[in-house]
Amino acid sequence: MILFWFLAAILIASAVWTISASKPVYSVVALLLNFAVLAVLYLTLSAEFLAVIQIIVYSGAILILFVFVIALLSSGVMPFATGPNRLPQIWMPASAVVLAAFGFVIYALSQAGAMQARPSGPVGSAGVFGSVADFGKALFTVQLLPFEATALILMVAVIGVITLGGEQMRDADTSSRREAAVDRSMREAILREGGD
Amino acid sequence: MPVTLNHYVALASVIFFIGVTGVIVRRNPLIMLMSIELMFNSANLLFIAFARVWLHNAGQIFAFLVITVAAAEAAIGLAIIVTTFRPEKYVDVDDVRALHG
Repeated sequence: MILFWFLAAILIASAVWTISASKPVYSVVALLLNFAVLAVLYLTLSAEFLAVIQIIVYSGAILILFVFVIALLSSGVMPFATGPNRLPQIWMPASAVVLAAFGFVIYALSQAGAMQARPSGPVGSAGVFGSVADFGKALFTVQLLPFEATALILMVAVIGVITLGGEQMRDADTSSRREAAVDRSMREAILREGGD
Repeated sequence: MPVTLNHYVALASVIFFIGVTGVIVRRNPLIMLMSIELMFNSANLLFIAFARVWLHNAGQIFAFLVITVAAAEAAIGLAIIVTTFRPEKYVDVDDVRALHG
C-alpha cells in the first residue's frame, strides 16, 4: 500500500525528469531510474519473469544503445552537445490538451467500479500465478504463436538496421567519389585556364 | 483504502500522458524516442496489472511481446537517427527537410 504510493511517486517524478532534462544523457539516467522502479512494481504484481526481463532488456540493452548513440553523435556534431534545448511555443497548449485528456481518463476511472486483485501465492514460489515456471509453460504451449511472432519482429528489426547501415555506408562512398570527381574537374579547369 | 486496479490504470495513464507530452513538446529525437519508451512501459504496466487481477498470464505474454516490439523500435529508431543526423550539423527534427520534395 505505502510501497505503491512510494513507487508511483518515484515513477512519475523520473518520467517528468526524462522529458524535461536539458541533455539526453540526463534523460537516460532518469529513464534508468524509471525502469528500475517499474521492475519493482512488476514484482509487486507477481510478474517476476517480466521484472527481470525489464532490467535486462530495457536497462541493459536499450538504454546502453541510447548511450552509445549519444556518444557517437556527440563526438562529431557540435550542436548535439548542447542539443535543441528550446521549449517551443507549443509547450502551453500541448500541456493543456494533454491535461484535459488525462482529466477525462481520471473521470472515467472514478465512474468505473474498483476491481480488487484476487489473492495469489507469494512472489518467487513455484507453481503459482506469475512464477517463471508458469510463465514459461504458457509461453511454449498455449501462447506459442506470440512467441514466434517475437522472433519474426526481431529478425525484421535486424534486417532493417542492416539495410539502414548499409545505405549510409554506400552514401558515404558515393559522396567521397563525387567529391573526388569535382576535385579533378576543378583541377583540370584550372590547368586549362593556365594553359590559355 | 486498498490499492485497486484503478490506481494502476491511473498511474499508467499519468506515465502515458507524460510520454505524449514529451513527444509533442521536445524536439530532440533521442528524447522523443525515450518518451515513446515511456508510453510502451505504461502499456506494459496496464497489461501486467490486468493479468494480476484476472489471474491469467496472457497479459504477461503480451507485455513480453510489447518489450520485444520496443527493443526492435529502439534499434531501428536509433539507426534512423544515426543515418539522418550523422552527416548533418544539426540535431533537430524541424531542420530535416529531406522529405519535403
